[in-house]
Amino acid sequence: MRCMLIMKATSASEAGVMPGPEIFAAMDEFNGTMIKAGVMLGGEGLHPSSAGARVKFGSGKPVVVDGPFAETKELLAGYWILQVKSLEEAIEWASRCPGHDASEEFEIEVRRIYDLADFPQEVIDAVPNERAALLAQQQAAGNNTP
Amino acid sequence: MTPDVHRTIEALWRIESASIIATVTRMVGDVGIAEDLVQEAFMAAIERWSQSGLPAKPGAWLMTAAKNRAIDQLRRNKLLDEKHQELAAQLQTEQAVATTEAAAAFAGQMDGTIEDDLLRLIFMACHPVLSTEAQTALTLRLVGGLSTQEIAHAFLAPEATIAQRIVRAKRTLAAANVPFELPPTSQLSPRLSAVLRVIYLIFNEGYAASTGEDWMRPSLCEEALRLGRILAELVPQESEVHGLVALMELQASRLRARVGPTGEPILLMEQDRTRWDYLLVQRGLARLERAARLGAAFGQYAIQAAIAACHARAQQPEETDWQQIAALYDALAQLLPSPVVELNRAVAVAMAFGPAAGLELVEELMEEQSLANYHLLPSVRGDLLAKLGRLPEARAEFERAARLTQNQREQQMLLVRAAECGNSFEDH
Repeated sequence: MRCMLIMKATSASEAGVMPGPEIFAAMDEFNGTMIKAGVMLGGEGLHPSSAGARVKFGSGKPVVVDGPFAETKELLAGYWILQVKSLEEAIEWASRCPGHDASEEFEIEVRRIYDLADFPQEVIDAVPNERAALLAQQQAAGNNTP
Repeated sequence: MTPDVHRTIEALWRIESASIIATVTRMVGDVGIAEDLVQEAFMAAIERWSQSGLPAKPGAWLMTAAKNRAIDQLRRNKLLDEKHQELAAQLQTEQAVATTEAAAAFAGQMDGTIEDDLLRLIFMACHPVLSTEAQTALTLRLVGGLSTQEIAHAFLAPEATIAQRIVRAKRTLAAANVPFELPPTSQLSPRLSAVLRVIYLIFNEGYAASTGEDWMRPSLCEEALRLGRILAELVPQESEVHGLVALMELQASRLRARVGPTGEPILLMEQDRTRWDYLLVQRGLARLERAARLGAAFGQYAIQAAIAACHARAQQPEETDWQQIAALYDALAQLLPSPVVELNRAVAVAMAFGPAAGLELVEELMEEQSLANYHLLPSVRGDLLAKLGRLPEARAEFERAARLTQNQREQQMLLVRAAECGNSFEDH
């Protein structure tokens, strides 16, 4: 399974304060460990929400709201995508993130990523795809070539 | 709510066990004993952590606990040896020598890092004294951290068979006195090839079974990918390792597109490419570039990865760079001469330069004994003949292919194609 480790924002990350060389090196080592263990598929850090926007749905036309946003602890600051065998394995990796001595509280949320196998087959089949379209075309043309 | 200690221990086994087993093997000299000691350390951890909760660094705790057990073991052996010596001073057993050497290695000359030990463990698990089956089981067990039950499940074998296989493999290693060391430079290339072969075998076991409903078999692909990625970081200068990882990533990117709603296999050119896993595609392409940057000539895995990359880069089947693929098959055929590779080359040549050019290559394979019962040969020849308008011959080839294939769906498809070539009355 794949899991996403979601690094939540702090007032520092929202202020766009870059991590110092020590934290940067520690993070680099943490990433390196996960790469060496063969589990890290990807991951990036995010600019503060002041450099972003929200697109809101549910009241007719989508509404764009520019950042920054208030609820710092609920905002995202970065993520990793891991290929693991269990949620516990992802939690164990998250626990190894440097920051035990961080000056400010922060948290990492661990979530499972949906797999195609998680969706019921009828949902998948209901999605029109190129292959189905191609088959339909061929049938319409009276051509049975697969 | 805190996570269940047992499940956390399972996760830690997966993350840490290979490194700890490798370290302890270097200390005690025997991989079987090492595995037992590490298992004991994990059992002790379950007991302790169930009561007092997890330590701050559970991985380090486990490593220390296992090392302590190894030291106790060495001390016990040493005491035993001394008694032996008292009883029979003239008997200098091999065991004693091994123990002393291991103790000496432990007592200061800790020359290797954990990474080196892990690499030694991988080479040991894939040692040429072992059969391929034993190498595969031992690699999954010691390096992958899979349980005997999981391995048995994955290979559709009884658990007792796999348990037996692993026990025998460890005995074989001990009996052959296989040292816990990196292969000498002169041996490095063939030994590394053996490791790559085992990893790719594990991958293919999962890939071939990915049409099945059993979750464990496709997850072998993930296991092989993880092993490959670990190995690639241990020997980052070896381009073939990156080639293999790239190949596996590119092939795995198609896993969810290669099976239809009723479990039927969907061929590459007919897959819905929007269902490919583009994270894996990107990783595979990047990994192949990494292999290329190392500058060495591509080996068989990197070439196959480069072929897979040609497909991966084409968003539509008709955008496929067949000329490039034909050239790559040409290189592969020189490196790994095989009629099956030649047949693939013929298909690529036909796609790149027209059916006549492909047919010419196929004709050369008609006398090939090893392909006599290979249904893809008449299937490919039939396809090329049909494209050239030689319908009666094409029809005969499709019918021959249909008789040879074991796969019912494929047989139906081939008979449909035969029928499309017109019936015998029109032919004559």
